Amino acid sequence: MQKFTKITSVAAALREAHVDTDVIFPARFLLLLDKAGLGKHLFHERRQGPDGIKTDFVLNSPPFDKAEILVAGANFGSGSSREQAVWALTDFGIRCVIAPSFGEIFQSNCFKNGALPLVIQGETHERIMRAAEGGNPLTVDLEAQTVELPDGETIGFEIDPYRRHTLMLGLDEIGSILADDADDIATFEARHRSSQPWLFLDDGRLERLFADTRSS
Amino acid sequence: MTVKTLYEKVWQSHVVKDYDDGTSLLYIDRHLVQEISSPQAFSGLTAQNRQLVRPAAHIAVADHAVPTRNRNMPLAEGLASRLVGRLIENCEQFGIDYISMTDDRHGIVHVIGPELGFTLPGATLVCGDSHTSTHGAFGTISFGIGASECECVFATQTLRQRKQKTMRVTLNGALQPGVSVKDIILALIARIGTNGGVGYAIEYTGPAMATLSMEARMTLCNMSIEAGSRVGMVAPDETTFAYLEGRPLSPEGEAWDAAVAHWRDLGSDPDAVFDAEVELDVSGLAPHVSWGTNPGETSPVSDRVPDPATETDSAKRAKIERSLAYMDLKPGMPLEDIAIDHVFIGSCTNGRLEDMRSAAEVIKGRRIAPTVTAIAVPGSAGVRLQAEAEGLDRVFTDAGFEWRGSGCSMCVAVNDDRLKPGERCASTSNRNFEGRQGQGGRTHLMSPAMAAAAAIAGHLIDVRKLGSSN
Ligand code: SF4
Repeated sequence: MQKFTKITSVAAALREAHVDTDVIFPARFLLLLDKAGLGKHLFHERRQGPDGIKTDFVLNSPPFDKAEILVAGANFGSGSSREQAVWALTDFGIRCVIAPSFGEIFQSNCFKNGALPLVIQGETHERIMRAAEGGNPLTVDLEAQTVELPDGETIGFEIDPYRRHTLMLGLDEIGSILADDADDIATFEARHRSSQPWLFLDDGRLERLFADTRSS
Repeated sequence: MTVKTLYEKVWQSHVVKDYDDGTSLLYIDRHLVQEISSPQAFSGLTAQNRQLVRPAAHIAVADHAVPTRNRNMPLAEGLASRLVGRLIENCEQFGIDYISMTDDRHGIVHVIGPELGFTLPGATLVCGDSHTSTHGAFGTISFGIGASECECVFATQTLRQRKQKTMRVTLNGALQPGVSVKDIILALIARIGTNGGVGYAIEYTGPAMATLSMEARMTLCNMSIEAGSRVGMVAPDETTFAYLEGRPLSPEGEAWDAAVAHWRDLGSDPDAVFDAEVELDVSGLAPHVSWGTNPGETSPVSDRVPDPATETDSAKRAKIERSLAYMDLKPGMPLEDIAIDHVFIGSCTNGRLEDMRSAAEVIKGRRIAPTVTAIAVPGSAGVRLQAEAEGLDRVFTDAGFEWRGSGCSMCVAVNDDRLKPGERCASTSNRNFEGRQGQGGRTHLMSPAMAAAAAIAGHLIDVRKLGSSN
């Protein structure tokens, strides 16, 4: 996973609450099999009209078409769990979304893809939004846990320590579970199997249910 | 012993280890796999040369992209057939049982999990789909995950998670005729907001809850995610056990007795403390419909479209204005004056047998309005076959509905069931987001009885005004 330490970029301002993942990445593009290239469908319906002509949506016009930061309204990324929403954002070049709150699955998906969903609320969020609208670059520094505004103001933020750690190291979470926790998992599984044996379907029931399709 | 909630009990029994930073490694018992969120997870395994550790913990089905017509024909060459083909190949390679679209066990993941007895109380169950909250109706910790997390479950049978806070939703009173659990959940979301449940695992309880069938409980838990909660749960009781007994994958014999004994103790302790409490009296509840572009933008059907001018908060006013512009609605117009072009009865929210029965009761002996196109899409082949055995398919087709094969269909419009730009649909699904049922399409969420009534009237209408058809 790509590391996230510090980025400096203009920020695109999307002054709208409850932007769901259907809006971020419309469902019909879910049929695509690859992660790469999904950026062209990011906010598809917002970026082009039914006639295929580009709208005045913020990500369409320079310098924001190169923005690595998006400042959005509350509850950004609510709705569907589609990780394509995050893949489309990162493929487009956006590594950090700043919003008062996020849909939880979206937020968790960001952390798996080297993207930082930053929760900043209230008046502070409004100041960042205004700075973004001003078009000058901001700096998001994960190590220092600060956002620096163009006027020099520095805003501190809180973040889950584990999430910060994985982003800064670009940690492969699956790899580290396999490397560090395999014995604990095996021990747990044995105990779990003896206390709730009905939760394990390798006892023949699955085989019976799918006897017809397994043999064909 | 410390006092615990249902969520905490099931959580505790699945913690492999607690890390210093407050996260835990949670063991995942079961995983439902579908075509949209799995290809990248499988390719991740292959790229890293990793094993899928427990094939018997997974069942796979293609539900989103499959057509609901002409099911015995091979899929037409194209993106959907490539996606389904990829799922089949992956299942063969990694040893997972795959249910094909012509199989009598086929259906939407969240409908067939419970039907097969794959969903069990006290288990942890995940799926790369946000409506995995549905399975919480059985007292299961079940939640939607992204594709990367699907890969983690394949490779480790665990997920690193932080425990949620708990919220108790107490449903008091009793529902009036013509009002259903869909109205309860829509009213709840309108009240607490689409992010009111973020960070919480919800437990539904109370006198009105206890009388609900398993199907109704699933509708309730299904839409928990629309209030922002990944997890919605109901404590298992006799209704739960009666539903599960004899299902293909339910425990049998002595294992069944042991399981039921275990499940009886899962309910929240009487003096357990929740981080948040919400109470809702359902007695006076009217049928609800959505008018905006998220499930919280919902009102009783007798209301009018809200007027943004009366909203003092500028952000909220802007949201209402945007919703009304997208939905092409005028402030102050009666909701019942909204004419519709389409009706969709189906989805993992309301595509079960009781839903089909409730819609059929309304349309029986009537014809849909000539301006309306209506489809009834059973959530599973099991639902379809049972409905057909009861003659419901004829009730639908006699009224002018099309009766389809199982799948997600017009809930998400990934197959060919979609609205055209500007078309308006009365839908029993769970999301009225912009473009959800097709680019430029407009969705009004409601119960199956209300959608059936809209089909007959050609516009939104309180089903209680239609009266009995016979
Ligand atoms: S029916 Fe709709 S909400 Fe349910 S799984 Fe399918 S697409 Fe998702």
